[in-house]
Amino acid sequence: MIHAHDIRVRVTAIEDVAARTKRFRFEPVDGGSPPLFAGGAHITVALGDDDGAIRNPYTLSGSPQDRGGYEITVLRTTDSRGGSAFLHEQVRVGQELSISAPINLFPINFLARRHLLIAGGIGITPFLSMTEQLADLGQNFELHYAMTCSGAAPYEAQLRSRLGRRFHRYCSDRGERIDLETLLAGQPLGTHLYVCGPERLIDATIAMATSLGWPSENIHFERFAGPPPGDPFTVRLAKSGQTVTVGQHQTLLEALERAGVEPPSLCRGGACGQCELPVLSAEGELLHYDHFLSEEARAAGHSIMTCVSRLKGRELVLDF
Amino acid sequence: MSLAFRDETFRDDFTFYNSPAAIRRFPFPFDRDEYMYSVNIEPHVKGPVGSVVEFPIDIDEHYVAEMKERALVLQQDPLRCQSLPHMITAEWDLVELLMTSMAESYPQWFSLTRDGDRWHWINRPLEIDQKFTFGDVATLPYPPMEYITRQCQGDFSLLDQREDNLWMDAGIATTQADWSLDFDIGMNFMEWHAPVPFAHQMGVFERALKYLLNLQLGRPVRRLNWTMTINPRLDTSPEQYPHWGKDRTQVTPENAGQKVHLRVELQGLWRLPRSNAIVFSIRGYLASLQELSTSPKWARRLSRILKSLPDEIADYKGLTRHRPLSIAWLSRFEDGSPTTPGCGPD
Ligand code: HEM
Ligand code: FES
Repeated sequence: MIHAHDIRVRVTAIEDVAARTKRFRFEPVDGGSPPLFAGGAHITVALGDDDGAIRNPYTLSGSPQDRGGYEITVLRTTDSRGGSAFLHEQVRVGQELSISAPINLFPINFLARRHLLIAGGIGITPFLSMTEQLADLGQNFELHYAMTCSGAAPYEAQLRSRLGRRFHRYCSDRGERIDLETLLAGQPLGTHLYVCGPERLIDATIAMATSLGWPSENIHFERFAGPPPGDPFTVRLAKSGQTVTVGQHQTLLEALERAGVEPPSLCRGGACGQCELPVLSAEGELLHYDHFLSEEARAAGHSIMTCVSRLKGRELVLDF
Repeated sequence: MSLAFRDETFRDDFTFYNSPAAIRRFPFPFDRDEYMYSVNIEPHVKGPVGSVVEFPIDIDEHYVAEMKERALVLQQDPLRCQSLPHMITAEWDLVELLMTSMAESYPQWFSLTRDGDRWHWINRPLEIDQKFTFGDVATLPYPPMEYITRQCQGDFSLLDQREDNLWMDAGIATTQADWSLDFDIGMNFMEWHAPVPFAHQMGVFERALKYLLNLQLGRPVRRLNWTMTINPRLDTSPEQYPHWGKDRTQVTPENAGQKVHLRVELQGLWRLPRSNAIVFSIRGYLASLQELSTSPKWARRLSRILKSLPDEIADYKGLTRHRPLSIAWLSRFEDGSPTTPGCGPD
């Protein structure tokens, strides 16, 4: 599904950067410069054999100074939607793809006195551009990176030489752990915390910071809920009367887009709140996978985030 | 488009006026005979040739005179331009946005050549030829935001985005409708909008803020706002109230056509790439009742808007005192006939 604001790009390089991890370079087909971006930004990439039937968000891992193209770094996972498998196995140099303009849901807080960055595994990607921007601005920061050291961790050498003593690594395969309590307790007032990586690391970091009394405004995290698959169901749009089937590996949002409807969306990862649609009735159980709706809103069941959440049941009726 | 930039004033002898072409393109903000606040935000896309939204940044016949007026205001009151230290990246983002947009839309007046960080900016109407290093404040005669906004019509504010809110952490305001940058600096979206009646209760600000937090790069949006000003005075700031407050007492049924002006603000919002900040531009247009009434539809509609406007909004906008006089002056165009849909003139 191509969106009106998409940018057509050509894949100009694919490189192995670590075990099961590849870097892809995209350059605009028209030869110009793609839009500038700031540290922490991501793009969505239209993927799949079937005319880009799925769209996945990927953090921009290249330099904001690189005006020729974008880079993303993708770990091959067993996500059943097959986004990473598609990129790893089907995409070739020279091929054309559609991507969105950069979106930044993990921005640097420019008022921070100090920035503490915590990454786990492939969660390092937003910090590649963020550390570059922070260094350019002469900001005080430190990066703590937990990874599997046996299989060459992505970007370790580059970060080590660029950041020197501001870089700290932990080999999780050798049992090394970030001592969150000591690290977070020892930060000066005015420090902002940024964490990206596996769900467990994010949850543990937020929980520790919160229990140590960090203000929630100083805690930033990037977590894209990969939309989980589920059983197919039907959605009826009350305003147009249109009925659409949502397949097993498709999100509700993608199914609506395939049907020619243009519902609102932005992050496509359950974080921004843009794709919320009002629910008129649900024959079955709403499965909320987003990070946006409050507990009360979920319980009320009056709305659904179409980018990640779905119905376990027969028919969902939306006021759209 | 060839344009003669007029030498005119927005104070003292008030020699400002609109050419017939400027009246035709005036962004009359009412598409019906009633007015209420709403989340009137739309994509800032290219509009009809000659309209104020043909280009992202509109430069018109008042450009040179408005820039002289801005310089005068800044000379008397430097606090009209302020920027907190963490906004410097956003200031450079603004330099890039305005220079590239102006040079692209108006190559006959502005040019920008870039060689990496070495930039060369030419502004022919203001006779400026500036070579500088992008990112190096020492190479410009003013800080970056002040430098470029001394050369661009409209007030600007730069909003830092954090804690799910927007913070007015930088700006320049020399042509404002009774709000103060010096007062608002450092405030967030809900705080600086606190004085506005109705809109909070209607959920306007909550929805607008949510929308803006998700504003995307390369997809700017715009909205129109309006008020009325006595005499074509650009600087109706709280700081200058002693100078213009009394103007409101000088309106008479005879002179209302010349003295009372509809003031329309075309407000644009862009996401900025390096800073993730948002720039908010407030580009003001003035037209007297007399000028507007060259389109009888506009005159009829404006008089109906003024008659039906809730008192709280009229008070907030400072119209209460002269509203009856303006309605009386406009009444000569009120023949009871319907107004056509849309904002355009007859
Ligand atoms: C983020 C950028 C914005 C800035 C910097 C801004 C700034 C302001 C300021 C300084 C005022 C005057 C308040 C006073 O009386 O002191 C104002 C008024 C107002 N603003 Fe905004 N605003 C912004 C965006 C918006 C948006 C998106 C809306 C959309 C609904 C909006 C709606 C209004 C309304 C309805 C008023 C009252 C205006 C009148 O009746 O004359 N503003 N704004
Ligand atoms: S698109 Fe952001 S929450 Fe769904």
